[in-house]
Amino acid sequence: MIIIGVFILFPIVQSFWMSLHDWNILRNTKVFLGCKNYVKAFADERFLNAMKNTIVYTVSYVPILIFTALFVAVFINYKFSGAGFFKSLLFMPAITSMAIIAIIFRFLLDGDIGLISIWVKALGLPAKDFLRNPDTAMGSVVLTGVWRWMGFNMVIILSGLNAIPDSLYEAAEIDGAGKVRQFFSISLPLLMPTMTFVLITNLISSFQVFDQIYVMTKGGPVFSTEVLVYYIYYRGFNVFDMGYASAMAFILFCIILIMTLVQLKGFRESEKNGVNA
Amino acid sequence: MKLSRTANLIILMVSILIGGIFLLPFLWMTLSSIKPESLIMGHPEQFFPTELSLENYTILFSQIPFFRFLLNSCIFAGGVTLCSLLFDSLAGYAFAKLPFKGSTVLFILVLMTMMVPFQITMIPLYLIMNKFHILNTYAGLMLPRLTNAFGIYFMRQSFLSVPNELMDAGRIDGVSETGIFFRIMIPVAVASLSTLGVFHFMYNWNDFLWPMLMTNTLEMQTLPVGLALFQGEHVMKHGPMFAGAVLSIIPILIIFLAAQKTFIKGIALSGIKG
Repeated sequence: MIIIGVFILFPIVQSFWMSLHDWNILRNTKVFLGCKNYVKAFADERFLNAMKNTIVYTVSYVPILIFTALFVAVFINYKFSGAGFFKSLLFMPAITSMAIIAIIFRFLLDGDIGLISIWVKALGLPAKDFLRNPDTAMGSVVLTGVWRWMGFNMVIILSGLNAIPDSLYEAAEIDGAGKVRQFFSISLPLLMPTMTFVLITNLISSFQVFDQIYVMTKGGPVFSTEVLVYYIYYRGFNVFDMGYASAMAFILFCIILIMTLVQLKGFRESEKNGVNA
Repeated sequence: MKLSRTANLIILMVSILIGGIFLLPFLWMTLSSIKPESLIMGHPEQFFPTELSLENYTILFSQIPFFRFLLNSCIFAGGVTLCSLLFDSLAGYAFAKLPFKGSTVLFILVLMTMMVPFQITMIPLYLIMNKFHILNTYAGLMLPRLTNAFGIYFMRQSFLSVPNELMDAGRIDGVSETGIFFRIMIPVAVASLSTLGVFHFMYNWNDFLWPMLMTNTLEMQTLPVGLALFQGEHVMKHGPMFAGAVLSIIPILIIFLAAQKTFIKGIALSGIKG
């Protein structure tokens, strides 16, 4: 209790308090600013750019991730020979540290030694140094994220699929519904609660993306992959402008809070439905 | 669902393709870690090396305090896991079975902290640790992780399912209140504890941002942080990094293979935590 109080509740209050100050521990300043830090954020081009990059990351990462995870989960659900091994293999990235994965992918995408670059060259396409090119850096980071989290989300979707009773499929088969029809008429509607859950948790986590950005690109090249958390980190722990960093963290908090509330509402509704059914 | 032979074959082909995408980076990393540096640089290009060398591993051990990182990771992740299992179950037990004044309000407060992203607390946390002068120590690293809302919630749920008669029977037999907790409740909840333990261990073993903020010397860094920073600053050669990546995955991989079911449950849990 005390630990939670000291290490979570107190920091929240302090964080908000700090966000109202010009609080720099290097210059040792602590001036009350009111909401000027917030005004500053929305006029700060780098903040707006970080916001834009976070949104770009989210709208590309989340759909790719969910569709691939759904596809593979449905696929594994056919319980072909070797499905168990396949599942474990796809799950392996989920137990590995994102930082380590980012190191591997940084090498994979490297212009000189990277396997992917070598293959691109072998195909006769112009060789690129993916992470040093502003056009491809974001895409690389997104795909690395998908690679890591795919197996994880697949497991969650798979448990949703397993909860659907077989009798429904058998009934559909007797009624002459094909596999595709079964998927759209039975699996997908019954999977909606799981999918909403997966969607929202991934939206939240993609707003908090940091590890692979830090290891692979450090926000570069030319700020093309600088996301919110990275900028907060940079402001807070490189420049030590902690008041301003707190203000930005609070903006992030509000975004995430809204998403969490939507999720809670979804939870309550699905619980109600569960009772009725 | 029974599948025909051809269907099984097609599915097998697709799964090999997808599996390949997931296996390849691991395979490439492992093979590269035993290649001499010239082969890594692609002179000549070989996916499967014809020439093996353990040079990368010797460089790794001589240039990077790898075992120190490993030790730090073990202390941090292991320590946090043990402590938080104890505190989570104590608090969860109190919320489940020992109603006290204001316990509902407190519990709601605990649940609310689950919604708070770490990034919002990291700056004040850093300053608190600074004030206590425990930056760059195990204490500073571990303190904020000693219990968390999710663990408390999870343990409360599992204690709720234990019938009260069990506790009453213990009381009649003259077991003390602490005895009831340690000798009746804990053994009953072993399955939940192991799931939660795996989850905590993996989360902290792989965590990056917090250990990176808290530590500023090589002696204190955990594996992911140490390797990531080394890759950025010190080591010019690629081989030792491959070797380090391979070695850092091995411990968690062994646990994974040994307790795969618990692991997948634990992972599904961390999804719930978000």
